[in-house]
Amino acid sequence: MPEESDVVDALSNLKPLSLHVPEPKFRPGDAVDFAEVAVPAAGSVRRPDTLAPAQDFTDLAYTMVRVLDEDAQAVGPWNPQLSPDRLRRMLRDMAMVRAFDERMFRAQRQGKTSFYMKSLGEEAVAVAAAHALDDEDMCFPSYRQQGLLIARGCPLVDMMNQIYSNTGDKLQGKQLPIMYSEKRFGFFSISGNLTTQYPQAVGWAMASASKGDTRIAATWCGEGSTAEGDFHSALTFATVYRAPVIFNVVNNQWAISSFSGFAGAEATTFAARAIGYGIAGLRVDGNDALAVYAATAWAAERARTNAGPTLIEHFTYRAEGHSTSDDPTQYRSAGEPTAWPLGDPIRRLKDHLIAIGEWDEDRQAAMDREVAEAVKTAQKDAEKNGILGHGLHQPLDTLFDGVFEEMPWHLREQRQQMLDEETASGRPWARK
Amino acid sequence: MNMIQAINSAMDVTMARDPSIVVMGEDVGYFGGVFRATAGLQKKYGKTRVFDTPITECGIIGVAVGMGAYGLRPVPEIQFADYIYPALDQLVSEAARLRYRSGGEFTAPLTVRSPFGGGIFGGQTHSQSPEGIFTHVSGVKTVIPSTPYDAKGLLIAAIEDNDPVIFFEPKRIYNGPFNGHWDRPAENWSKHPGGAVPEGYYKIPLGKANVVREGEAVTMLAYGTMVHVCAQVVADTGVDAEIVDLRTLVPLDIETIEASVKKTGRCMIVHEATRTSGFGAELAALVQERCFYHLEAPVERVTGFDTPYPHSLEWAYFPGPVRIGQALKKILKD
Repeated sequence: MPEESDVVDALSNLKPLSLHVPEPKFRPGDAVDFAEVAVPAAGSVRRPDTLAPAQDFTDLAYTMVRVLDEDAQAVGPWNPQLSPDRLRRMLRDMAMVRAFDERMFRAQRQGKTSFYMKSLGEEAVAVAAAHALDDEDMCFPSYRQQGLLIARGCPLVDMMNQIYSNTGDKLQGKQLPIMYSEKRFGFFSISGNLTTQYPQAVGWAMASASKGDTRIAATWCGEGSTAEGDFHSALTFATVYRAPVIFNVVNNQWAISSFSGFAGAEATTFAARAIGYGIAGLRVDGNDALAVYAATAWAAERARTNAGPTLIEHFTYRAEGHSTSDDPTQYRSAGEPTAWPLGDPIRRLKDHLIAIGEWDEDRQAAMDREVAEAVKTAQKDAEKNGILGHGLHQPLDTLFDGVFEEMPWHLREQRQQMLDEETASGRPWARK
Repeated sequence: MNMIQAINSAMDVTMARDPSIVVMGEDVGYFGGVFRATAGLQKKYGKTRVFDTPITECGIIGVAVGMGAYGLRPVPEIQFADYIYPALDQLVSEAARLRYRSGGEFTAPLTVRSPFGGGIFGGQTHSQSPEGIFTHVSGVKTVIPSTPYDAKGLLIAAIEDNDPVIFFEPKRIYNGPFNGHWDRPAENWSKHPGGAVPEGYYKIPLGKANVVREGEAVTMLAYGTMVHVCAQVVADTGVDAEIVDLRTLVPLDIETIEASVKKTGRCMIVHEATRTSGFGAELAALVQERCFYHLEAPVERVTGFDTPYPHSLEWAYFPGPVRIGQALKKILKD
């Protein structure tokens, strides 16, 4: 039995505890040097069998699957060997996403809508995944996967109608801009609450499996929201029931103003989270459309053969502010987006197509003009249905529709109250 | 049947009719539930329709929402209502709003079953009555039965309803009606008319209250266990009260409430849940708004106290015969 004084002595030999609070490498005004970001050579990472047990993936969770090398050639075992046609379609979809983002961002600045979120620099994450999945597979996206909708052929004008909350908005102006719902394109209703879609995707996948279906589910969240409890519950459910689901963590380094260290990135990777759950984990160059495609196709095959879920960390960079309400110069160096070592996903795929002789700068310029024109035309069409800046476009009574399947008495009473208010105001809005 | 058997029967009857119904939750599968509510269902319907889950309430409800989006009709169980809070985000932000936010593209036809209420020495985390949290959320229905007959009919209606339903089961009356006299021998359902439960399919519509005793002197609005406590107090005191078992809190049967209070001129609200911002406050406000000129006395609320649910002090906390009796005297004095 040690004497009390011995214990005190032993403690006094220790340095006082200190609390570690993560801090990003660069703040506004700092010169940026990403030399510490480990970028393995393209083609250097092995491609395991899709049926391999989850514990065989530890090395893959700490490296990075890359296909496009410094010479813009597709190399290594993950090269998905896509046809030039497919590559060109992916390139065009990514360019369309960028053009769409650009135009809608400007529309927000012009007061045509209240809010927008770009996906600049992350176009490959959504577009290449959409190309690797079957159209019937169900996507549970976060708010930055507009590329899924565009790649799956959702009319731009429908997306814009939602952004403008106009008469063409099938969500009746009830949802914040970009919170799309497109069941016909396998795109689940977006919620503002982060990562709630993760267990929902697992449930959908479990339902598909229990019904003997062949469809799988895929879901996306940012690296910041992996800290949510739903992330843990989803991965637990997925491993327990071997659900046919693909978890995508889009690690774009920033959650609004918080760098990825506040989600735990200083100590490990997000792909490595999978290992503890017994889930296959891949870490992928998220700015390499071929790597994203290959990893998604691999995970889809794994899911479709009942071999279980996969978590894919897409290592990328959020090149813009978080949203139109955010100013990133307040918390990070303006040099970061251009210094990012993985480059621009569109430029990299373009360079690859040129390198293999299937594309050239003239065709690229023509395509850029064409997608810009398509976005502009869609915008004109959407604005015929009105813009948010012009006020309400929905029949007033729709406010109460869809709370329940059938409207209970208390909602009917409140609806009448609202209609009476509008009559009294002398400027009644349209009604059904 | 007792209430457990009635609830079990409701799931059995609906599962046999509709292959999209799945039952899930902690210990509900092989074991049949800690209260035996799902006993035998896994054996009968298989593991893909009745299955045990990991211990994660947010996961259970989140997964159920996804299953609903696929086209299944999940009936998740939360083992105790006291443990529903980790699932609040999925219930409030997701299930309740899915139809509204998606323009009807996606719906969440869940029925969340959960044992609730006190009177069993359950202490702080096996006794709570959190119905007021859910009645405050637009887009969910809240149902609380008071007899085995009602439990089965209401649960079948809830499962078949296309909106998310919170189905709170008063566990104090699983085995028999509880009259509030904790120091007297327990009763079982065999002697109570509410214990007569048909084997087959029937429904009790959501949103319809049940006048369990007609009377002229005062209206007592109650649900769950408190319906039986009220009935005993009325029998003990001889007061000619009208007892209305609300059965569904949202949507509420306002017509039955209004008719009763306008007839009696007095209204007493009784619930186990804590008082401040409890569902009783909503009821009192509605009665005041709609029956003001018929009221001969202030609306009385008899509720649990604004404290966490205690263990050894349970019968001092529980709104039993003494508290209800005194409130009756007060409301009838004016």
